Amino acid sequence: MAARRISSLLSSSATSLGRFSSWGRRINSFSTAAAAAIDEPIQPSIQIDHTQLLINGQFVDAASGKSFPTVDPRTGDVIARVAEGDLEDINRAVAAARKAFDEGPWPKMTAYERSRIMLRFADLLEKHTEEVAKLETWDNGKPYEQAAKIEIPMVVRMFRYYAGWADKIHGFTVPADGQHHVQTLHEPYGVCGLIIPWNFPLLLYSWKVGPALACGNTVVLKAAEQTPLSAIYVSKLFHEAGLPPGVLNVVSGFGPTAGAALSSHMDVNKLSFTGSTATGKIVLTLAAKSNLKPVTLELGGKSPFIVCKDADVDKAVELAHSALFFNQGQCCCAGSRTLVHESVYDEFVEKAKARALKRVVGDPFKMGIEQGPQIDNEQFKKILKYIRSGIESGATLESGGEQFGSKGYYIQPTVFSNVQDDMLIAKDEIFGPVQSISKFKDLEEVVQRANASSYGLAAGVFTQNIETANTLTRALRVGTVWINCYDIFDAAVPFGGFKMSGQGREKGIYGLSSYLQVKAVVTPLKNPAWL
Amino acid sequence: MAARRISSLLTRSLSVSSSSASTSLFSSLGKNSGRNGIGKRFSTAAALEDLIVPPVQIAYTQNLIDGKFVDAASGKTFPTYDPRTGDVIANVAEGDAEDIDRAVAAARKAFDEGPWPKMTPYERSRIMLRFADLVEKHSEELAALETWNNGKPHEQAAKSELPMFIRLFHYYAGWADKIHGLTVPADGPHHVQILHEPIGVAGQIIPWNFPLLMFAWKVGPALACGNTIVLKTAEQTPLTALYVAKLFHEAGLPPGVLNVVSGYGPTAGAALASHMDVDKVAFTGSTDTGKIVLELAAKSNLKPVTLELGGKSPFIICEDADVDKAVELAHFALFFNQGQCCCAGSRTFVHERVYDEFIEKAKARALKRVVGDPFRKGVEQGPQIDTEQFEKVLRYIRAGIESNATLECGGDRLGTKGYFVQPTVFSNVMDDMLIAKDEIFGPVQSILKFKDIDEVIRRANNTRYGLAAGVFTKSVEAANTLTRALRAGTVWVNCFDVFDAAIPFGGYKMSGIGREKGIYSLHNYLQVKAVVTPLKNPAWL
Repeated sequence: MAARRISSLLSSSATSLGRFSSWGRRINSFSTAAAAAIDEPIQPSIQIDHTQLLINGQFVDAASGKSFPTVDPRTGDVIARVAEGDLEDINRAVAAARKAFDEGPWPKMTAYERSRIMLRFADLLEKHTEEVAKLETWDNGKPYEQAAKIEIPMVVRMFRYYAGWADKIHGFTVPADGQHHVQTLHEPYGVCGLIIPWNFPLLLYSWKVGPALACGNTVVLKAAEQTPLSAIYVSKLFHEAGLPPGVLNVVSGFGPTAGAALSSHMDVNKLSFTGSTATGKIVLTLAAKSNLKPVTLELGGKSPFIVCKDADVDKAVELAHSALFFNQGQCCCAGSRTLVHESVYDEFVEKAKARALKRVVGDPFKMGIEQGPQIDNEQFKKILKYIRSGIESGATLESGGEQFGSKGYYIQPTVFSNVQDDMLIAKDEIFGPVQSISKFKDLEEVVQRANASSYGLAAGVFTQNIETANTLTRALRVGTVWINCYDIFDAAVPFGGFKMSGQGREKGIYGLSSYLQVKAVVTPLKNPAWL
Repeated sequence: MAARRISSLLTRSLSVSSSSASTSLFSSLGKNSGRNGIGKRFSTAAALEDLIVPPVQIAYTQNLIDGKFVDAASGKTFPTYDPRTGDVIANVAEGDAEDIDRAVAAARKAFDEGPWPKMTPYERSRIMLRFADLVEKHSEELAALETWNNGKPHEQAAKSELPMFIRLFHYYAGWADKIHGLTVPADGPHHVQILHEPIGVAGQIIPWNFPLLMFAWKVGPALACGNTIVLKTAEQTPLTALYVAKLFHEAGLPPGVLNVVSGYGPTAGAALASHMDVDKVAFTGSTDTGKIVLELAAKSNLKPVTLELGGKSPFIICEDADVDKAVELAHFALFFNQGQCCCAGSRTFVHERVYDEFIEKAKARALKRVVGDPFRKGVEQGPQIDTEQFEKVLRYIRAGIESNATLECGGDRLGTKGYFVQPTVFSNVMDDMLIAKDEIFGPVQSILKFKDIDEVIRRANNTRYGLAAGVFTKSVEAANTLTRALRAGTVWVNCFDVFDAAIPFGGYKMSGIGREKGIYSLHNYLQVKAVVTPLKNPAWL
């Protein structure tokens, strides 16, 4: 299923989400105002300059000469045709990255020089925020305000964060049991294959490229076929900032061809993949069968959002709403199981429905819009199928449930109540604007139900009670617990999954170990002054 | 190929520093071999005719599940052998998928319902320390059992490996109450903390070359971090793990926390690797099997996998080397534990200036190596583990001869019984010969000539493996250059096989994923959980 990487990236989150959604509330409910906008999409004031592959510092066509269309999710119209990389292009990109790693200059530069280039890149990107945000919205369909005011600043923030790490990668000296001097070196792996999804194209770019380059690796990046444009654009800027050729190579293309070639390449030393759990299993299998390259995986989720009996219902409704609907529901850590204590359940359902009905859906380039179209026809159809399955399985449809408008991939904000744990909509990752609300009685029960999932990415807890917060924090088998907030994506906060939500962590100090080998070095000591 | 886990475990190892070594196993081995070298050569088969009866009884052959010794669900057993003779020592319960299911269920319960992860770390650490004490008390029986089942010299087991085992449990007991999370600087008014939690049920699959040490490398950190365990031992060497696991329960380990299943890879091992209720797998063994384990994990529930696999580690002797010391160190780096070390220095690169002298002396040293009944004092080399390995090693020797490497000594089996192989030295080995590329996992030293540092770096790195490397030089420049340039998880400079508890061990490239021992090994058994709450009017950010 489409377990694409979420990343809410709201630096100050619930609060700013609050702000964010309040724009929407001024406008009317999604069924009216926005439909007009969909009929006549706003023409983005930006040119598509770069559609080729970026290999060894040069823009080049695919070896096959092939290209594929990338479409505007508002209409399904083609935005541009993009060079379609496959095995041969991956080979060329890996060769360039291999050379830049083995012969330099990248890992042979000082860490300080690397950090300066990354900082210059962050500055350049900041200067181009508007163009990049437009490109992101055009290709992905996410609200422009979200891209421009939250995501691009977050990408800039992320590169500054990792630029700061470049010259702070310490090894250890190690206490020995005898007369030996022991040290560990933390070395770059070599060539890293990075595969990123379409839901947060640039943010996920920064989560992977940032630490890989800071640690001295070189990179072959495969962008998602739905959203290839912004990665090419910013990689061009990276070269303008002084990145040497071959250090960062970008290949657009499809998973079964380009992605598989990268995953099974014998000259790639490390892989990092964000996407669905099913694809993650394939990526790991290909790595296992080829050269055993270590793999970092950020996969799907079915994250519980737990509203306790002492909750302020209005706040809980708003937070649970943003936890699910943010980015059209296309977040792998979406709070997609809203578990509400029975004492506040009825009130919660009423208000959650009212909030969803007020959600402003429409052309993502329009100001005040909260929700744009889903990414593509495949996702769009899949979500509608899940909605039908929710209805058929006897869940109560409180609002939404259908396509929004008649063009593009818009879906009405949909709320189900009376959802039971064994329904498909409570088990599968829907990856769309569909909130599933269930009732619970006590903490032990909700812990058991929240953990009864093959996923373990994130959880939200809404309570005033410190006992409850502490109990749930430890008991939930997930990589992130947000207490009275959600989707906080600071650069320093690690993100990743328990169970089938992934392996390893991105962001923060933990993100570095995904890109560093450990080498122990031992020499004997003669008459040491101390041990 | 059989890339079983090495672990030389010589605490003070093979250091060439003259002052250190009075207590080291290696130097005592050296002394022994000196004495014996005068009189006996490895060809003296007398020792093999007249085998010493091991001073130990086999008390435990069943699977240990939920704190109880039980037969296999199928009722089946398999024989385990004495590598000195090929005779059966005992029949051992043969675990397969059903036994793994039972063991996982017990471990699951001990994790989910406790008591293990709900105990204080201090209590866990006390049990581990009591266990270490108990093992110390039973060192003699355990060393005898290890040698009987594995064929390694009894002095090595008793004086080096058992103490190292105890050292490792002391080390990890000390970690149990020192597993810190972090608090994290936030970009806004949030309080962020990181919890380092146990992963849950850990499946651990250990090899036959260092049965007890590999037990310690895996069980130590997993338990210190609060996980519960299903351990599958190698079918060649099931005995010592059962014995020490029993002692662990006597030390107060609650039932279900550590379950031990004997059995084969394709049945028990595969069941463990693909089990949906196992949260983590750690495997030590061959690269080929490691790939299968990772694939099973990928195809089942994506449990994270730590792999310690094969190697073809270079041992580089630079032009400024003291040849006598280099010969001794290179000899030890390869022949230790019958050559059955995954980090064996199995490509001896010698600078052309000292090459001829080195060959002469390496050959002389190999001819002096004392091979015989591993229970006999002064014996440096026992039999290979089993007939499969024995045949494989002899096949590689034939391949070496056929590819025109120069056979300097050895090259054949020793005696007519058991799996003894003569210490074998090849010179004039070329990089493209099989014996220079494959992991032989036996007493076969391959010596290659080089001219300059750039060349030797390129050749040393030109392998799919990247486990370890030895560097022998007086030059700090050469040492520093090689240390960074070699793509290997451990670089021993003027020493080899130093296996302190705090030193991380693991491979680059196809030698593995992750690190064992030291602070790094804790990551293998900990999940990372970020916890975020908003702050109202914080005093500081």
